Amino acid sequence: MTSLRRWCVVCLLALPGVLVTAQQPAVRVGSKPFGESYLLAELFAQQLEARGMTVERRFGLGGTEIIFPALTQGSIDVYPEYTGSGLLVILKQPPVPDAAAAFDLVAREFRSRFDVQWLAPLGFENTYAMSVRTEMAERLGIRTLSEFARVSSEMRAGFTADFIGLPDGLPGLRTAYRLQPARVSALAPAVKYQALMAGEVDIIDAYSTDGLLGRFPITVLEDDRQFFPPYDAAALVRGALARERPEAMAALAELSGRIDVVRMRRWNARVEVNGEDASVVAREARVELGLAAGVTGGVDGEPGTPDRSVIGYLWGRRAALGELAARHLSLVGTSLIGAILVAVPLGLVLSRTRAAPLVLRAVGVLQTIPGLALLAFLLPVLGIGFVPAVVALFLYSLYPIVQNTWTGVAAADPAAAAAAQALGMTPRQVLWHVRMPLAAPVIMAGIRTAAVLNVGTATLAALIGAGGLGDPIVAGLALSDTRMILSGAIPAALLAVAVDLVLGGVQRLVTPPALR
Amino acid sequence: MLSATGLVRRFGAIAALDEVSLEVAAGECVALVGESGSGKSTLLRAFNRLTEPDAGEVQVAGTDVRALDAVALRRGIGYVPQEGGLLPHWTVLRNASLVPWLLGRADAEAAAVRALDLVGLPAAAFGARWPHQLSGGQRQRVAMARALAAEPRVVLLDEPFGALDAITRGDLQQMFLDLRTRTGVAALLVTHDLREAFLLADRVAVMRAGRIEQVGPPADLVDRPATPYVRELLDRAWQGAR
Repeated sequence: MTSLRRWCVVCLLALPGVLVTAQQPAVRVGSKPFGESYLLAELFAQQLEARGMTVERRFGLGGTEIIFPALTQGSIDVYPEYTGSGLLVILKQPPVPDAAAAFDLVAREFRSRFDVQWLAPLGFENTYAMSVRTEMAERLGIRTLSEFARVSSEMRAGFTADFIGLPDGLPGLRTAYRLQPARVSALAPAVKYQALMAGEVDIIDAYSTDGLLGRFPITVLEDDRQFFPPYDAAALVRGALARERPEAMAALAELSGRIDVVRMRRWNARVEVNGEDASVVAREARVELGLAAGVTGGVDGEPGTPDRSVIGYLWGRRAALGELAARHLSLVGTSLIGAILVAVPLGLVLSRTRAAPLVLRAVGVLQTIPGLALLAFLLPVLGIGFVPAVVALFLYSLYPIVQNTWTGVAAADPAAAAAAQALGMTPRQVLWHVRMPLAAPVIMAGIRTAAVLNVGTATLAALIGAGGLGDPIVAGLALSDTRMILSGAIPAALLAVAVDLVLGGVQRLVTPPALR
Repeated sequence: MLSATGLVRRFGAIAALDEVSLEVAAGECVALVGESGSGKSTLLRAFNRLTEPDAGEVQVAGTDVRALDAVALRRGIGYVPQEGGLLPHWTVLRNASLVPWLLGRADAEAAAVRALDLVGLPAAAFGARWPHQLSGGQRQRVAMARALAAEPRVVLLDEPFGALDAITRGDLQQMFLDLRTRTGVAALLVTHDLREAFLLADRVAVMRAGRIEQVGPPADLVDRPATPYVRELLDRAWQGAR
């Protein structure tokens, strides 16, 4: 985009703001949906704000497959990434054991292939820490992964889903160490330590900076064959930001080399174990790093409710939750209206063709695409945010409405429709005066189904920065904060019930009086 | 009024109509009698173009139906199916006013009120009811009123009383005789019941396997059955009567 065109767009979009001050656009900071990523991104954001820039936070973007395209596509400007993920997941190259060499390689490749820059590493590594109970390690005399591999056929492993699938996870470990666990269970990150300590599993894939690592009698096995590549954390920056906003680069570079693994683990523990707010921990982290001068507003001030109950927490956040619920409703409403406008006519057309089963099956296939995968497909075209989320929800809403429209119209009182035709109704009159009124409750039931499903599915929209009640759910899952999860999940459930009740009323209204 | 000449209609290898010819004069009632699959409904439906014959000619009031718009043709002919086929979401009055309404007549409702009177369901008492609030016999009366409201010169009835119990059927048969006397409407009536045909029709056509075996006044059929099948049908009908 030329600068002139960009200027025009800025004028159109933000005319009132432009009249007051000719402001630089906000720097958009992203994070992945786990605790450390939130904390680092918040640190980036506060650092930028402290140096006089405005920041837009787009945290909790779902996984590398979502957030990296969001960066290259220009929906965010910076997010924290790890060299190992860059090498294996994004570049799909074999691991490089030497940390400096790995960094040089990703820095060079990302610049030429994606116009993306790695800032100098922050100073700590967050690699996989294969962990066992200390009691067991001492009893069996195991210190290294090689030693563990020898007895692994009697061991039960509990790994995160990512680790089970990724090339630098279990598949690689099997080859490198001949690891043959008797059983492998997929565990959510939030429960893996409990599962290990309860003896449900014997080995887990912890991360070296996990806040919980120091809290349990756990031994991290030495990676004696240097299988895991270096996972140095660093800020990953869009090329355009690097060129146009040197002040942003300078502000972020102040963090380089300043954060060691002990600090990071301690900060992570405050967020993940103590449930402290990431913005508070980040602010104090900047004080600790000697960067705190000039901290100003812009921090999402959590009302410090001493009341630990869920109800009190919900009540304390009622204004923010109201906004999230409104956003949620606009996602659901916009996509649903679009789906009705497309699916009802489509169902009517299908009721007059023989292609109906074929088309219905094709629309049904859309339904089977997992939410995150669909969002990832749409990302290169539509970016992140409101629009792709609405498009995804729209696609998910089509099937129940098309199916019910077709069924309702095709099955509407055959004797009545036949008699109406025999007495001289045109096919169009039969459709509008007989089939449609009789099918209306069935069609409305399809719309109702789509709407209720949509309220649930829309929580996934948080993973592409579209907001809504998924925001606290994703953040809460990342930060192991049950209250935060519930503050999204409970309103979402209530919203689903409310939507169902309202549309149930509409369904009664559209039902012909004789059929009620 | 109605005239079919040399009609042929095939469904795959089966000939539902095999060179069938039939006339219904103005004001006359002709009954088509036969077993299921004999082709009697197919013949009936050829007159309002619900089936298109493969060969032969169909005339209504002297005009080849192929020259007419099917929708306009149907609006000019009354029709009563076996199960009534009332629109369940319309009141009795609105159901009865269907055809005049389709014809754009301003007096559609008045026409429906008259037709409902004719079938013994005064609009004041029954007009506002829903079809599901009526008995089976009442629903067939409404279907009859609906067929007659636009005052057609001919009405097609496809087993109109077949689904009713014996007492109700008797009432409706009597009503049918009365309203034919009062309106003089011509009728083509499909039934599998030879006794009903004898009771209601001026002439009876016996159909079998897509052909008409014999057509004539009831007395002719009784006196001079043309084929063994007609005789057998008569024997069965009288046995059933005892």
